[in-house]
Amino acid sequence: MSSWPAETKYISHSTARIDAPAKVTGRARYSSDIQAEGWLYGMILRSKWPAAKILSVNLDPARQIPGIKAAVVAREGAFNIRFYGEEIAAVAGTSKQACLDALRAIEVQAQVRHEFVVNENEARQPDAAQVWPGASNAPATPRVLENGSVDQAFPECAAVIEGFYTTPVQIHNPMETHGNTVSWTDDGVTAWASTQGISSVRDGLAGALRLHHSQVRVITEYMGGGFGAKFGAGAEGVLAAKLSRAAKAPVRLMLTRFDQALAVGNRPSSFQKIKLGALADGTLHAFDAENYGTAGIGGGADAGGGGGGADIPMPYLYPVPNTRVKQSAVAVNAGSARAFRAPGNPPASFGMESAMDDLAVELGLDPLDFRLKNDPSKIRQREYQLGAQKFGWKKKYQKPGRSPGVVKTGIGCAGAAWPAGGASPFTQGEATVNPDGSIEFRLGVQDIGTGTRTVIAVVAAEMLGLKLEQITVRVGDTNFPPGPGSGGSTTCPSISPTVFDICTKVLQRLQTQSGVADARGQNWFAACKKLGVSPLVVHGQWEPGLSADHAGGVQFAEVEVDTETGLVTVKKILGVHDCGLIINQLTLESQINGGIIMGLGYALYEERVMDDLSGVMLNPNFETYKMPGIADVPDIEVVLINMPERGVIGIGEPATVPTAGAIANAVANAIGVRVFSLPITPAKILAALGKVPPFVKA
Amino acid sequence: MKNSEPENLGAHSRRTFFKSLGTVAATAATAQVKSVAAELEKANAEKIVGPEAVPVTLKVNGEKLKLMIEPRVTLLDALRNYSSLTGAKEGCDRATCGACTVLLGDTPIYACQKLAIEAQGIEITTVEGLAKSQRLSKVQQAFLDRDALQCGYCTPGFVMSVTALLKKNPHPNAAEVKHACAGNLCRCGTHPRILQAALQAAGVELVSQSEVVDYV
Repeated sequence: MSSWPAETKYISHSTARIDAPAKVTGRARYSSDIQAEGWLYGMILRSKWPAAKILSVNLDPARQIPGIKAAVVAREGAFNIRFYGEEIAAVAGTSKQACLDALRAIEVQAQVRHEFVVNENEARQPDAAQVWPGASNAPATPRVLENGSVDQAFPECAAVIEGFYTTPVQIHNPMETHGNTVSWTDDGVTAWASTQGISSVRDGLAGALRLHHSQVRVITEYMGGGFGAKFGAGAEGVLAAKLSRAAKAPVRLMLTRFDQALAVGNRPSSFQKIKLGALADGTLHAFDAENYGTAGIGGGADAGGGGGGADIPMPYLYPVPNTRVKQSAVAVNAGSARAFRAPGNPPASFGMESAMDDLAVELGLDPLDFRLKNDPSKIRQREYQLGAQKFGWKKKYQKPGRSPGVVKTGIGCAGAAWPAGGASPFTQGEATVNPDGSIEFRLGVQDIGTGTRTVIAVVAAEMLGLKLEQITVRVGDTNFPPGPGSGGSTTCPSISPTVFDICTKVLQRLQTQSGVADARGQNWFAACKKLGVSPLVVHGQWEPGLSADHAGGVQFAEVEVDTETGLVTVKKILGVHDCGLIINQLTLESQINGGIIMGLGYALYEERVMDDLSGVMLNPNFETYKMPGIADVPDIEVVLINMPERGVIGIGEPATVPTAGAIANAVANAIGVRVFSLPITPAKILAALGKVPPFVKA
Repeated sequence: MKNSEPENLGAHSRRTFFKSLGTVAATAATAQVKSVAAELEKANAEKIVGPEAVPVTLKVNGEKLKLMIEPRVTLLDALRNYSSLTGAKEGCDRATCGACTVLLGDTPIYACQKLAIEAQGIEITTVEGLAKSQRLSKVQQAFLDRDALQCGYCTPGFVMSVTALLKKNPHPNAAEVKHACAGNLCRCGTHPRILQAALQAAGVELVSQSEVVDYV
């Protein structure tokens, strides 16, 4: 079995991104920067109604607008609209301004349906408007998972708590919106897509356009973030292709920020009723929970209403011998959910970790000791102990509400697991070794922002004994051997062993062809020179034994809560995380910072707000959908647990899982009462303190 | 923080007009909307351009950029869609994300909120204009060293905001950096590294905040 080298020059050290020069100078061409020869601007007309039947769409007036070269409908014939923002038609023209004029000129005849529902709790009522006519919004009976004997177990408990913990719909909001430039000629389709999965976009486009996979090429040299929302071709990809065919020109169709918030994914909400009990010695004994949430219209009529997509892992992290979990998804007239960084885990962590703290208080235990008592993971046990020492937990911890004064301080902690991850075993790649010693790696993977190119270069430089600058890396093209989508924290564990394999084979082939026993390092140029005039092309693939799955971590939060204004300020977050063998410490820490900051937004600021009466999303923009800014970001400290014996593991998702739970627990610790609902806004703090009446929906 | 209207804008002074409109509007409650419209027409009559394309000359990164564009084209669209300067990014097109930040003179502005026609006559610097003869600027180098970027889409905007800050204040403290970058958003969560990069570019010695610990 192969193994990673023990002594390293690049692996486990810090290497600046090899594409940083391109990114800091503006030279990097993102998908939205592509200026294909003769390109046109594309835009989408979206529904202003949450529910309607579109009877006809007249595109002729749009085609009359100067500069407009093509207009297409989203769907032929009459069709139903199920959410505000759903696609109706699209236009392509020589300028953004022409397209804006054209969208206004399109005539839409519609039967507006006044029966719609955008609120999860209303959608569950028997008399609610049906999102999918003929199917109830939620299944008649929830999915039930039962272990042990819950009803017998609760009376045996020394302490029992109950809580209704809720989390909102969160929007991905990558800085570059979804979209692409598509060129459809007789030779096939080329799409420069802002995607985290070039292969899945290629397959999706080919399917929707009825082309062979070999007729579609997807290129993603640089893309501006995805977080789970950018795997598919999307309506915007298919519409851009249709516009390109009609206009006989490449069409750049990037979504507007509004489009992005309405129609291309989000994290489902959760409404978790949790009852948790422990024995007198602090051992968890009984867990009874019911959870529902919405994935928008996702799931579809054939799934009998809301379908799947809103389930979360329950009970999270901690084994409880007696459990009963009921879950159901509920459909509403709003955009569908998509995968979002560690799907299901951040809401599950918030619910369970809040309940754990509430129960610890009930038992009179330090919540950290309570976790150490119940968490089965040896790695997290070590992380809690290390973190507690570094954070000064024992010194800082006081019982809830004991902090004096108007501005109260509190601390909290929470744990994370990412049971998925691991590698995509189908990952392949190739390298061309030239007689002059230059080497180029080509992998059909894309860099979502985690430093994928640099990972490839770091592994290659290590294995071949070369300098980083001797290695050229090309990614983001379906003409290259296939790689994984950038999701599930699988990229690094997929590509690192693949590059390992390519390098091993390069060295074997060089040895055979050049007679140089070890072509690494200083022998490299001599060996390559012996190739004569033909470059060596080597194909490699992922091999087992060099990567693993199941990363985890724990985080500690310290907050200040102003009990007069309700404002929460996060002062410090300490993250202690494990991800096996560290490939590049610098970019790894950046991902952990990023996960923590995204979790901070989830804890305190972010929430999709729907208007019940109009069915419209009220905050599809950055001025009213609040994301953390640089002034909101606390002091962040990262401790990495080095476990090279496990091989390479991804970190993107676990890093964002426990943050909201840790902050929520710190807030409860500061003010002495629980805020059960994310985001923890000043209004909710003041309501929890009894200083303002709680918000009640009319 | 961006100044939405840098001073010295030459002939197109919407601000002066709107200021006078304010006084007019106060009396307009009685004087009817008509007089406001008349005032607007009078102001516009001084120099009406468009709606068709007009010649616009921009001074970008020391070079003249001659364009034929409609007067309603923003500076951002002029750069990204009518020239090959795609360094400034479009993240929102409504002055909320800062990915399109460029310098107008020494002032950082949202290029999506300035009409190209109004940006004539003042030196414009985009992220492409910072590196001199292939050498990264101090700020760009610090972003590279500190890994102050992930997907990198917001990076040009942050680089420009920090560049503008250091021109005005070569030795900022952390609070001043945060203030200067308050108009820029990043979704990958690179903020701590951006702060470090700005301080490094300002010559501040930094201490590492991370640690690797062996499991066994």
